This record gives sequence, C-alpha cells and structure tokens, in this order.
Amino acid sequence: MLLIPCPYCGFPRPEIEFRHAGEAHLMRPEEPASDEAYAAFLYERENPKGIAAERWRHVHGCGRYFNALRDTVSDRILAVYKPGEVRPEVAS
Amino acid sequence: MSGFRATSGGRFDRARRVSFTFDGVAYLGHPGDTLASALMANGVSLVGRSFKYHRPRGVLAAGAEEPNALVTVDRGPGRITPNCRATEVELFEGLVARSQNRFPSLGFDLGAINSMLKPLFPAGFYYKTFMGPAINGKAKFWNRLFEPLIRRAAGLGAAPTEPDPDAYASLFAHCEVLVVGSGEAGLRAALSASENPAVRVILCEMDHDFGGWLLADPTGARFRDEAIATLRTRPNVRLLSRTQCFGLFLQGFVGLVERVTDHLADPAIDAPRERLWQVRAGRIVIATGAIERPLVFPDNDRPGVMLSSAAHILQGRYGVLPGRAIVVATATDAAYRTAFALADGGARIEAILDRRDHAGERVRAEAEARGIRVETGLTLLGTTGKKHVTGVSYAPMQNQDLRGPSQVIACDTLLVSGGFTPTLHLLSQARGSLRWDEPLSAFVPDKVPENINIAGLASGDFPPELRGAALGLLPGNDDKSALAFVDFQNDVTARDIRLATREGFRSIEHVKRYTTTGMATDQGKTSNINALSIAAESLSQSLPKTGHTTFRMPYVPVTFGTLAGAYRAELFDPIRRTPMHDLAEKRGAVFEDIGLWKRAHAFPRAGESVKAAVQRETRTVREHVGIFDASTLGKIEVTGRDAAAFLDRIYANPVANLAPGRCRYALMLNEAGFLIEDGIVARLSDQRFHITTTTGGVGKVLHLLEDYRQTEFIDLDCFLAPVTEHWAVIAVQGPKAREVIAPLIEGINVAADAMPHMTIREGRLTGVPCRLMRASFTGERGFEVNVPADFGFFAMEALLARAEGLGGGLYGLEAMHILRAEKGYIIIGQETDGTVTPHDLGLGWAMGKAPRDFIGKRGLARPDLLAKGRKQLVGLLPDDPAVVLEEGAQIILQHEPSTGIAAQGHVTSAYFSPNLGRGFALAMLKDGRNRMGEVVTIPMPGERVLARIVSPVFLDPEGRALHG
Amino acid sequence: MHFSFLSLLRQAFANHEGWQPYWQQAAPKPFYDIVIVGAGGHGLSTAYYLASEFGMRNIAVVEKGWLGGGNTARNTTVIRSNYLWEESEAIYEHSLKLWESLSHVLNINVMYSPRGVMMLAHNHHDTMVLKRHVHANRLAGIDNEWLTPEEAKAFCPLLNIEQNIRYPVTGAALQRRGGVARHDAVAWGYARAAAALGVDIIENCPVTGIRRGADGAVMGVETGKGFIGAKRVGVVAAGHTSVLMEMAGVRMPIESFPLQALVSEPVKPMMPCVAMSNTIHAYMSQSDKGELVIGAGTDVYTSYSQAGGLHISQHTLEAICELFPATRRMKMLRNWGGIVDVTPDRSPIIGKTPVPGLFVNCGWGTGGFKATTGSGHVFAATLASGEPHPIAAPFSLDRFRTGRLIDEAAAAAVAH
Repeated sequence: MLLIPCPYCGFPRPEIEFRHAGEAHLMRPEEPASDEAYAAFLYERENPKGIAAERWRHVHGCGRYFNALRDTVSDRILAVYKPGEVRPEVAS
Repeated sequence: MSGFRATSGGRFDRARRVSFTFDGVAYLGHPGDTLASALMANGVSLVGRSFKYHRPRGVLAAGAEEPNALVTVDRGPGRITPNCRATEVELFEGLVARSQNRFPSLGFDLGAINSMLKPLFPAGFYYKTFMGPAINGKAKFWNRLFEPLIRRAAGLGAAPTEPDPDAYASLFAHCEVLVVGSGEAGLRAALSASENPAVRVILCEMDHDFGGWLLADPTGARFRDEAIATLRTRPNVRLLSRTQCFGLFLQGFVGLVERVTDHLADPAIDAPRERLWQVRAGRIVIATGAIERPLVFPDNDRPGVMLSSAAHILQGRYGVLPGRAIVVATATDAAYRTAFALADGGARIEAILDRRDHAGERVRAEAEARGIRVETGLTLLGTTGKKHVTGVSYAPMQNQDLRGPSQVIACDTLLVSGGFTPTLHLLSQARGSLRWDEPLSAFVPDKVPENINIAGLASGDFPPELRGAALGLLPGNDDKSALAFVDFQNDVTARDIRLATREGFRSIEHVKRYTTTGMATDQGKTSNINALSIAAESLSQSLPKTGHTTFRMPYVPVTFGTLAGAYRAELFDPIRRTPMHDLAEKRGAVFEDIGLWKRAHAFPRAGESVKAAVQRETRTVREHVGIFDASTLGKIEVTGRDAAAFLDRIYANPVANLAPGRCRYALMLNEAGFLIEDGIVARLSDQRFHITTTTGGVGKVLHLLEDYRQTEFIDLDCFLAPVTEHWAVIAVQGPKAREVIAPLIEGINVAADAMPHMTIREGRLTGVPCRLMRASFTGERGFEVNVPADFGFFAMEALLARAEGLGGGLYGLEAMHILRAEKGYIIIGQETDGTVTPHDLGLGWAMGKAPRDFIGKRGLARPDLLAKGRKQLVGLLPDDPAVVLEEGAQIILQHEPSTGIAAQGHVTSAYFSPNLGRGFALAMLKDGRNRMGEVVTIPMPGERVLARIVSPVFLDPEGRALHG
Repeated sequence: MHFSFLSLLRQAFANHEGWQPYWQQAAPKPFYDIVIVGAGGHGLSTAYYLASEFGMRNIAVVEKGWLGGGNTARNTTVIRSNYLWEESEAIYEHSLKLWESLSHVLNINVMYSPRGVMMLAHNHHDTMVLKRHVHANRLAGIDNEWLTPEEAKAFCPLLNIEQNIRYPVTGAALQRRGGVARHDAVAWGYARAAAALGVDIIENCPVTGIRRGADGAVMGVETGKGFIGAKRVGVVAAGHTSVLMEMAGVRMPIESFPLQALVSEPVKPMMPCVAMSNTIHAYMSQSDKGELVIGAGTDVYTSYSQAGGLHISQHTLEAICELFPATRRMKMLRNWGGIVDVTPDRSPIIGKTPVPGLFVNCGWGTGGFKATTGSGHVFAATLASGEPHPIAAPFSLDRFRTGRLIDEAAAAAVAH
C-alpha cells in the first residue's frame, strides 16, 4: 500500500484514502478538433515506464484532486503538486 | 534416556506430559515440543511421503524450511488443516495429526510404485506423453483418462470440505523499528533500538519462543533470557512470538501473521485462530538468520538423513537425539559442533565425513581429543536402508577424482551440512538486490533499501565455523546412478536439472518451471542454491550469470482466512438500508441487492406470490396510487454563483435556462459521447440546484463532477454537496397522488396549475421540512417527497396511511420497472451498456436546438456515433401475449436460422404488464425506428418466438396522465 | 525428436541422454522478413503460424529476457470464448478451436483441460448481463448455458449457494468447453515448433529502438545484440507495448496495470472447474498439481513493477472465502504480479500502425492467455500479407478514431 502525501492535507497517508484518476496534463483539443486529435485526447496515453504524471483524488479526505509524479518502476511517489502548478523537475 | 529423549537438557516442560496421536497411534510428548521433536523422541522417523515418487521421508530441518515432514492436523469438522510442517506444529494435549499423500498407509504406500518407474518420470515427462491419439484433433485421452489420474495423484494433503468455523483477526500497528527474528542479532537490534523510550519497537519471531539459535545453545541462554527480560520491562517494546513476517512491501509496510490458538488444546471460544498484523515501520531490521543446505548425492533423502543444524536444535532445545549411531557429513565446521553436542548428549558419533580437505583447526583438535573418527577430502556416494538410513557410503577424493574404493559406515542417522544460505527473502520482496559471494558460496545483500538493515547471519557476515560449502551434486556421482535429491518435496533430482539444461532451458526461471524445483510448499528454502549450482555447472556458466529466481510474498504460506479476516457474510460489504427499511420489512417486503443497497422488490401479502404481488402493485399505481421508497436515488446539491453555468456544461440538456422552481429530466454523457447517467435537475433558486442520479451512479457522478469543477471549469464558482443520505425520498404516484399528499403538505400549493409536472417546491410535510418535486417515473401524476432522513420513516407511514385509505398501497422495485417500461422510460445499465447515445434512445431532443458546448458533444460527433444502422430503442410485442421475453435475448430476422448469424439487436427489458394485459419488451435494434411493424424472431432454447416491432411507449403516448 | 510415450520409454532406457533442446539459442542474422518483438505466448504463436501456415521461414522473435517470462508465465490460464460482441466471439472462438487440437498440432502436451468456466450472477443486473452473453453466444454457435444456483452447485460442489451470504448466487453462465491449460508448455511448445521450422528465437536481446527510413517506413530494430533489419516488425510486447511503440513515435491507447494472482498450497482435487464472479471480484480454479489458482481485477494505478498491494490480494481472498467457505483454511503459497496492457474498451488492438511496416498486437489486458492461439494465427496472417485478417480487422487502432469500440468492459460479465 502506497503512502501518498496530499498537497492540501499534508503528511503521507495510505493509498486507500485516495482514488487514482488517470494521466495528468491531458489537454482538450481546441475546437474544431479533428477526429484524430479528439481520439488522442480521449484515449492515447503516455503510459511511461519511469516517471508518470498522474492525478489522484483525496476522496476520503479533503476531496481535492491533485497531481503526483510517480516512478512506475519502483511505484515511489516523487512529488505532489496542485492542479495548475507546473510539473516539478525530479530525478527518479 | 527414554526413547530418544535425553534425561537432561533442553528448554521444554520436562515435568508435564501431553498425549497426541500420529496416524492413529498414541504417543507422549512434553509441552514445548514440536510435533517433529515429539515424534523423534518416540523414535518415529518416517513421517511423510514425497510428491512424485512417494519416497519415505523423515524430518530434514527444524523450522519453516522443512520440505518433508508435512502433516494434516485434525481439530474436528471444518478445522482440518493440510500441509502443516511438523517442525512448527506445537504439541498440545489431544493433538491429532496424520501423514499425507499415501495409500493405504504411510508404511505401505502403493504410490511408491512410481519410484520403481522413475526412469519414466524425469522432469517434464508429462509434456511429452499422455496425449493419446487425437480424436477429431482433440486430446480426448488426456481429458478423459490421464488428467483425472494425474489430478488424483497430485496434491498433498486432502482438501478441506467443510466451512472453517474459526475467526481471524486483523490489526494495524505502527512502529519506528520492526525487528524480524529474535536470534542473537535480532535481540541486540531490539535492545539497542528500544533504549530510547520514544522509539516504538516490534520484535516478531515465527517460533513460539524467542531466541532462535540461542534456544539450542546452552552458552547463549543467559544472554537470551536477560535480553528478553529487559525488553519485557520496556513499554515501548512489543514482543510477538508465533508471528511470521511474510511480506515486506513499499514504504515500510509489513505483513505479519500471528498464530493465536493453534497451539492450545482448548482455545477460548472467542479467540481468533490467527491474527494479521499490518505494520507500518519506519525501519525494518531483517535478522532472519541463515538456513543450512543439504548435500546432494544418491539416496540423500532417506528418513534419518537430517540437516546438522536441525539435529543440533533437536538436541539442544528439545533434549532429543536424532539417533544413536550418527555419521556427520559436512563441508562446514559447524557440523563438528553438532557432533560434539550430540556426543555430549549420549549419542555415538560413528564418523565425521568432511567433504573438505581440511577442517578448521579448533574443531579438528576437539574431534581428535574426543576420539571421533574424522575422514576428510571425500565424497558421498549414497546411503543404504529402506524406510530408514542404515549406512552411508563414501569415497576419498583427489581433486575431482575418486582416490580410492568406496566404503560404507553403518549408522542410524546421517547429519548433513552443505553450507549456509542467508535468509533474504524479505529483502528481495522489498526490492533490494542480492550479490553472489563466492567465498561464502551464497547470495548476500547487495543493494539494501534505505529503510532496511540486515543484521546477523542474514547479512552474510558468517563466523568462520559457518563458512564452507559443498554445492550441487557431489563428485563421483552421475545421472545414471540412483536419485540424488535437490528439492525433496517435489522430488526434483540433480538428473532432472541436468535434463532441463540439456533440453535447452538455460534461464534459472525456465529450469525452475520445467523441473518444478523450488515450487513446493517450502518454496525451495533448502534447495534453491543447490539447484542453481547444478544448472550453472551443467550450462558451464557462472552461478551469478545463471541468476536466481525472484522471491515472492509470502515467506511461508499464509492462511486465506487470515488475509480475508472478518470480511465475510454481512461484513463482506457494507449493507445500506434506507430510513424506511423497517417499514418495508414490516410490510413483508422481499428485498433485492442493488449495489450495496437493500431495496424492496415487492410486498407480497400472506399467501400471495411475489409475481402476483408485482402485478397487483403495478395495477394499483395506474388505478389508484402507489407509495415507493426512492431514497436510494443519488442526490447532489449544487450551489453557487455559477451553479447553472456549471451544470449547463455537464449535462447534455441545457440547464442555464431552467427557471427556479422547475425540474428537467437530464442526461449525462462521457467524453466519448455515450450516455452514462440520467436524473432530474431541479432548480430551487437562482444559485441552488438539487440533482438526482441513479442509485448506483452517485459516487461516480460526484467524482466526475468534482473533477470538472476542480480541474477544468475552474473559472466557475460553485460547490457540490452529496446529500443522498440527507434526504429520504417517497414517490407518490398514481391518479390519486395529489389526494394523498395534499392534506399533509403545508406551505405549498399543490394544485395542478400552481404546481405542474416537473416543478419543485419547498415547504413542510406534517410539520417536517420538505422538498416536494412534481415528477414521475411511472407516467402517472406523481410527486416525490424529500424529507430529512430521520423523518423518512414517519413521512412514509403517514403517506402510506393516506394512500391505503384511497385504495392505494406500497409498490416495489419490480412494479416500478414495469411502470416505467410501459412508458418507454429507460434505465441506465438496462437499456444502456456504455455504448448507447441519446440519439439511439430517441432522446436526441434533450440536447436542445441552441448551439452550446457540453461534455460528450464532440464525442457524439465522431463518425461511428453518427453512422446509419445503429441500434435504437424500440418496443416489442410477442405474438403470443402470454409470453414474456427474456432480458438479454437476441433478435434476428424472421426467417434467419437460430445459430451462426449476427444479431439484429437484443431485448433490454421484458415484463408482463397487467395494464396491457400482455407481455411486452424494450429492445435495442439495428435501425429500429425505421422498422416499426416488422416481425422479428427471438431464438430461445428449443423455440423461436415471434414479436412485432412497436413504439417503446406502450401507454399514454401523449403523456396526459402526467398532468392535471 | 517427436514426443510420445514410446520416445519417453526409449529415452528411459537411454538415461534420457537423447532429448534435444526445445529450441536452440539463435544469434541474430542481419536481416529478416519479419521480426517479432516479444517472445511471449502471442509472439511465439505468431512466429509459429507464420512458418507453418504462411510459409515464411526468415523470421526472428526477439525477447529482452527469457521466453514466456512475462504474462505468459504469470497468468491464471483461463480459456473461454463466451464474449459478448460478435467481433470478440469470432476471435476468442477461433482461439478456442485452436486450443482443442493444440497438443497434437504442436506435439507437446499443453494440458488444455475443458473443465468448464462458470460465471456467477449475484443480482438482477448480473443475471441480465450474463443471460445476454448466453443468448449472444448461442446465436453465434458458441456453447454457453444458464444454470440455476442448484445446478451451479451440482457442477461445482464447493460453491456456496446459501442465501445467508452477502451476495447470494442467483445463477451462473457455464461454458463447458472453457477451461485451463499449462501456460509454460504453451510458450515452450510454440517455441519448439517454431524453432523446428527455422524460426530464430533470440533471448536476452532487448529492443532499444525502432529504426525508420527516410520514407518513415520501418527498417528494423536496434537491439542489445546490434541492429536487426526487417521488412516488417510486429510488436507483441503486452505491458511494454507503450514503451516500444514510443520508440517509433507512436502513442498508444494503452495503460499498463499490475495484475496479481496467487496460488494455494497443493491439495487433492477440490475444485472441478473455473468459477468467476464479477460482482465480488474473484475467480478460482485448481491446477493439475493441486494448487488453487486465484485472481481478480487489476490494481488501480499504472505500474511496471510486477508487484501490487496486499489489500488487493486480501480483497480477492475475502471473495474466495465467501464463495467457497471450505477454502478458508487453505494457505496462500505464492503471490505475484504481471503487467497487463489495458485498452479503453478492454479489447485488443491487432494490425497496422501509422508507421508503414510496423504492426502491433496488444491490449489483451487481463485475459490474453486464452487468445494465445487465435491471436498469433490472425496476426501471422496480417503480418504475412500486410493486410488485416478478417477476424483481426475490427480490432484496428483506427476504431478509437471512429468510435467503433468493441466494448467488452461496458458489457463485461467479468474482468478476466
């Protein structure tokens, strides 16, 4: 079970307080968008082996969505940050 | 000495005796004994049969690594546990244990015939045969003949057949330091860590007593006793015996299993059998020691062959000698110490056979002083005996060649020591890495995660006497000779491993899988290194290059019940009941599971069938009035300056133009354009909305809405509050609905023109605050009464009393389904399956004409969602009015055959309608709206049902009943 | 050497000295007609069918580790074809038919055991969904039948059909031809048969790049053993598909999740079939060795760690103990994780990619083992001709653009 620090509530908390919410920083294409562009937004994912930027919701806590950088090889959470903030630089 | 028990020594309760049975024979032992020590004290050396060849086997080891001595412990019906290691089963009065995998008896086992056929059973033999001739291309011989035979022969203990009545507990704990293992290193780690009273320390030990090796070593007893005494005085220390650390996970998360009652003759009725500890530890000290390896040579598996360290423990801790005439075969000095201890205990050491050319100075001198015969620079060639070892043959070696003829020494016990392997499974689980240490001939810690320390023997820091190794098949032996076992339980021999490499299996993972070495219940604790060594040698490559298999959780097998804990029956998942549940129950409701909810399916009266009740309730609503508990509907309150703008983007329907006091049926799409939710949007005021969702969908919807609110529509000022549990909802539906509610309502004008269909008002019902919605999911005049949950029961009672006075009554979920289907109203998850658009359902109108953006709009514009010939919602009327179609049934063209063709669509809902006087159905059908009147076929097992395509609205298409 | 009882007997007298390697270690040649990336079951079967049915011999399968060591080695071997949509029915039934004769075709006992796959219903919605499957399958000529709780109990006596459990069993859909097989034997059998036909199987050879020419078309793969040229490259890399396709600049509609499974200690036969429940998230069978083989859905977040959380296994075992209360005293022997490649509609992607000459076969998610046979067969046809096999055609990458998804997730009875 991961320990995840919520950027709003502080210190690490067990994974079961949170709900994973998929890849972060997906941008809805500007309209008019082609079917290809819209399909990319809907379905294509980076799915990196390494550092992934992803979204979590502290569903059994403050209820807020936030972003996290996680190493998908070690599953270690490397950073958390609020929506709208710039993705931090981290070493895996 | 009585039997094999010495008259002094050991750490068990010599004064008391307990009786137990093994295979029906009664024996005596002492409290503090294991089943293994007690059996050996009684001279019982044959304790099990091996997996494949059914070879007779005795106790090899002293603890969790035991491969041979597996027994079934029988504590009565439902409490039969197969595959228990006798070396870990604690003796208690009345213990009943049985041997396994033998027929008819342990002494005479017919399965042993496999041993005679062993040339036919090399590794992987089953891949090459048992197929039989192909019958129609299929391996029917395998399925009908061979597989059933193999299945019966395989498996170890008998499978349990009855439910386990025991309880299992679970605890969470936190500590700064967790020490795994209470040998000398573990005790020192716990002592030093707990000096600071602010540091919480947990020390866990899989044995029933603390001390590890110190328990067998009289010289260590004092340190052990003092250390435990000190630790017990420290309030920051928690000592857990009988507690196995089975798994290390990320970030200091640890799984422990504590055996609570298995050692008790008469456990308290409310005591759990085992307890799962889920510990979050700041630091973990792995002090798990090392495990001795056997020697691999022909017939090295006879009862009476035992690991030297196990014999040492047996004697030192339990005062039991493994035999009277003992040969020690070794590659370490440690086994000399065992020989000395056993000699002190009264055994005769026939010889020490040292694989090495030179033993350590000190042990050699002591052996000499004791007059023990020592032979060095030799190899072992086999053992004699049948169900017990009677002798061992060896030959002197020079380099890799035999130096002289083989000789036999008679003995009743052969102790073996092939070197020691640090126990590092936990490190491997925690994603640390291992490194091959050539001088030590063992894997030792390499990269250790920062929150882990390795202490004692596990670290690979061996005292000189534990160094030394004889890996792999001992020289002078080849594949043609008798079986030289590597993995005792799975009967994997050196020959098998060589065969695997010969057949091209070069990775150790392949070798493991092909030969099954290391895959038995002991997971290769005593065998892995020998297997690896033989594979590496056979492949002419280095051992580290051959690699080692990954250690997986759990370190020892863990009871399912312990992991499942208390989550069974009603605790398996929470049960959600509405505030009016008791009322429904009192009225004879039959309940149905909808998600976590219990919902009233119908209210059969005395002597009435459920089916008849449903029909009656359905009629009652159309003719009079019905009362329905709709509390499970999801409810969210949306407030704020931009609440309307927010919902306008969320719903496919326009919402911004909804006037306060009005309601709208609204659809929610996903980004792909498919319908995922429906419900009512009610505008209470300019900046306050009350929206409803499906029963099962509210969690998902709230999550989704919060997502948009927090991360995308951040320009909008609004808030969401889940209020499902806040409001109890009673639907009052039917021509007399207004009559029911009018006298009970205060502060709301419920007259038809003052409160038309799809409006909402706030007021009071019998003095209780109430949100009254004029809405209908039945097609009848309807109100939905929302009252605070605490008043739900009383509100429903009051409304029901009124309704019953007017010829009405309760109706359940099934009647509701019929009522809505008669009107062609869809249910999410029934008419939809995640692939349906509003257009498909004929609900395209809901999106309005004015151009605006909403979730799913772009998705809906994708080519396939606009394609012709998509399935559309239709009604179906079976030719035979008595027929009720089956939901999920497929629809084909009238003259098509019943198999082998593509479906035109499927039935989504089907009922018998008392109001129509016939069976009817809703269906999703290709191009359905253009096919009204067409007759289609619904193929059912053994018959073909004809039905006519009709409009999905079966009653009151103009919706007159809704109004007025 | 042909495998048979006779050859086993002969070798028994020859001390088993005469057995040949299942496959030889091959060194890469500079150029192949087709290079398949990934020597799992799907990759190896693709190579085998290319060689055996499509007459192509200049083929290599490159594998970063040991063959059959990914999801082939880590799955719970459930085989069935009772899927909902016609496209799925076609490919899984095609696969099932190939399973039925596989032991004899490959001349290795893959222990395909059609002992029946039973899917349990616990409420009205389950019943409706499973019956829809039953009807759809029967229409397609695929066996699937509805059982009452009592009939389900008769088929699987271990099953608890008491009404006092949290989600009582309300019925079950049974596919009798469904079952299990011996996963390792499948990989080794395809490897052995392919190698015998001249396919080069190159283990310990990680692909580090996909080389494209000036025209954008694929030229071959960069590997740990040097560049290997190829006319066509087929990526069959399961959980690592995204990583490999990224090398060619293609972003995939794939996410990789941990999927855990576990086995119990071996005991004598207790579980005669495969039983699965979507509502309470677990499934179970018993291997020929006697181990109960248990699994459930994926963990919740993407990962390449081949490990999952203990709480996921706990939840699975809660479900197993609820459905099969006699198993509570059984012991978990091994727990492991695979990396499964999950698509938005839980259906695979088989066919062309935007890069000419580069083909992909992926997205099998939690249930790819059952399709090892058919997937390889239709992908082989696709690679051989350059155009999708008719059964593979609906599983194009393009469906995500048009919206023509094959959504087994939406309608799925089970995750597996």
